[in-house]
Amino acid sequence: MGDLVKVGMADLNCTHSPGVLTTLGLGSCVGICLYDTMSKISGMAHIMLPSSNQIKNNSNLAKFADTGIVKLLEDMLAMGAKRNRIVSKIAGGAQMFNFNDASDIMRIGARNVVATKEILSSLNIPILAEDTGGNYGRTIELYSETGMLLIKTIGYGTKQI
Amino acid sequence: MPLSIDDLNSMQIDVLREIGNIGAGNAATALSKMIAKKIDMDVPKVNILEFKNVPDLLGGPEIVVAGILFKVTGDINGSIMFLLDIKSAKLLTNLLMDKSGLEELLDDMEVSALQEVGNILAGSYLSSLSALTGLTLNISVPSLAIDMAGAILSVPVILFGQVGDKVMLIETDFFEGSNRVKGNFFLVPDEDSFEILLKSLGVI
Repeated sequence: MGDLVKVGMADLNCTHSPGVLTTLGLGSCVGICLYDTMSKISGMAHIMLPSSNQIKNNSNLAKFADTGIVKLLEDMLAMGAKRNRIVSKIAGGAQMFNFNDASDIMRIGARNVVATKEILSSLNIPILAEDTGGNYGRTIELYSETGMLLIKTIGYGTKQI
Repeated sequence: MPLSIDDLNSMQIDVLREIGNIGAGNAATALSKMIAKKIDMDVPKVNILEFKNVPDLLGGPEIVVAGILFKVTGDINGSIMFLLDIKSAKLLTNLLMDKSGLEELLDDMEVSALQEVGNILAGSYLSSLSALTGLTLNISVPSLAIDMAGAILSVPVILFGQVGDKVMLIETDFFEGSNRVKGNFFLVPDEDSFEILLKSLGVI
């Protein structure tokens, strides 16, 4: 196993094989993993909000699904990844708290997932697998050697996608 | 442009700290009445920090914590979150239910007790805020989650993230005898509510 590269909240990072990208304790945020199947260059973004358009303070690109994915893609292409070989896997977007009146803000996890899928689709990046929704947190690890995504939870087991 | 937490001056932070102090004092009194034991507390610390660094304060994003979330409506809108590490949550339910033992998992009865404590703490906190500001504030029923700190914190951080890149955290330690309960309050006012709150306190 290669070096473990951490991705914080509203953060993104890329690595070469055999590096491993990880983000800890994803809740309503979404972990977006991009992977070049040939060069094995991989990238991960931990986004918090669906869109930079509705927010005035939007200087941190990695905070939003729309700007975060584009920035991650640019960084990977700069490292030598090829646009047409890039695939994706996504995880997170849980609803951590339940309220009877499901106001918009409480469904932010689901909205993050929808926005992520729309942007990936508009960029023609296929989504190979996802582990989204639910009401629990996730820690994810992307292995750039194989493109495997490991998902760890508390009380909901561990899985590979 | 609405006032954001990033722009606060030291006097405004002092006022918020004092509200934290009074609110936590009332919360400690309410808790003390409920369990009929003496509760002491430290002077609360008000921290304004980058949201990225928040999970580290609790020991890392994967530490298991209990979070109780309330929605606030009325003259200002937003949320309050009361966050406890799992050991403090257990201590608190032990105090309430007159039990001992520190096994990590909480049963249904303890979860419900914890929700109720959260309700009392947040309620007394909010009523002192309301009395100080003259604002009408209502609080929702609590919702509790026990999970990784990072995942639970993502909720107030996202709510706050729409306003700025920093969060306001009020750290309060309660004591009963040699038992120390570390509690953290997150105050998450909506975009316009922050200004209303500071105006009602006469600091802008």
